[in-house]
Amino acid sequence: MWIYQKKLEFPVNITAPNPRMAKALMAQYGGPDSELGAGMRYLTQRFSMPDNRVKATCNDIGTEELAHWEMIGTMIFQCIRDASLEEMEAAGLLGYYTMHSKGVFPASPDGVPFTASYIQCTGDPIADIVEDMAAEQKARATYEHLMTLTDDASLLSPLRFLREREIVHFQRFGECLEILQNM
Amino acid sequence: MNEMTQSELLRKISEYQFVAVELNLYLDTHPGDEPARADYLFYSQTLEDLIKTYEAQYGPLMNFGHSPTDVGCYVESQWPWD
Repeated sequence: MWIYQKKLEFPVNITAPNPRMAKALMAQYGGPDSELGAGMRYLTQRFSMPDNRVKATCNDIGTEELAHWEMIGTMIFQCIRDASLEEMEAAGLLGYYTMHSKGVFPASPDGVPFTASYIQCTGDPIADIVEDMAAEQKARATYEHLMTLTDDASLLSPLRFLREREIVHFQRFGECLEILQNM
Repeated sequence: MNEMTQSELLRKISEYQFVAVELNLYLDTHPGDEPARADYLFYSQTLEDLIKTYEAQYGPLMNFGHSPTDVGCYVESQWPWD
């Protein structure tokens, strides 16, 4: 069971149109290392984890990832909300606009739609947790790439927060690996 | 707490919620850490008080029966991306 709270985990307030960054941010909305992939990966893997601490970690980090997915969706929406068609086209979003207009669709910056083949659930606890640790590092690297692409504080502030969460999640999954190795 | 504006109160809720999320994830792998459990209880209680104060003044934050207040309207309040 999930309960929705009508607020973001960390505030996002972008007022200037920025379709160029909207396109880049799609990496974290619908790309292989996206928040969506992270959430689905952990929430799927939790069922077959053999230890309650590891189940809890996959469940709770998976839940937090959905709040991060909502933050990224908000950032993309606010970046394209007031952009003109000319600005969308100049940012390379002609194809995106044609198919999704100002909707927020889970695809990579190059338009590849999200797919479950980005994630794995082997049912082997060690294999799954090591994948999760790698996923956190890939997402951290992606956030660092995004942070090199903009000087806008209204984008950098939530990006900094989200980057830091990847580091904390990596730490917790590392502790899960230790728990599993000692079983 | 009553002197805070709506956005200040929401910010305060987010701060306490962040501490609660952090402690929750830590306790997932360290369930026997008594000082951390005490901290989690303290921040959870303060968070609950802050949310009750917010909802009594500005309306429900949560769906599915978790925000019993006759003030405001869940549907009509601003969505976080607007």
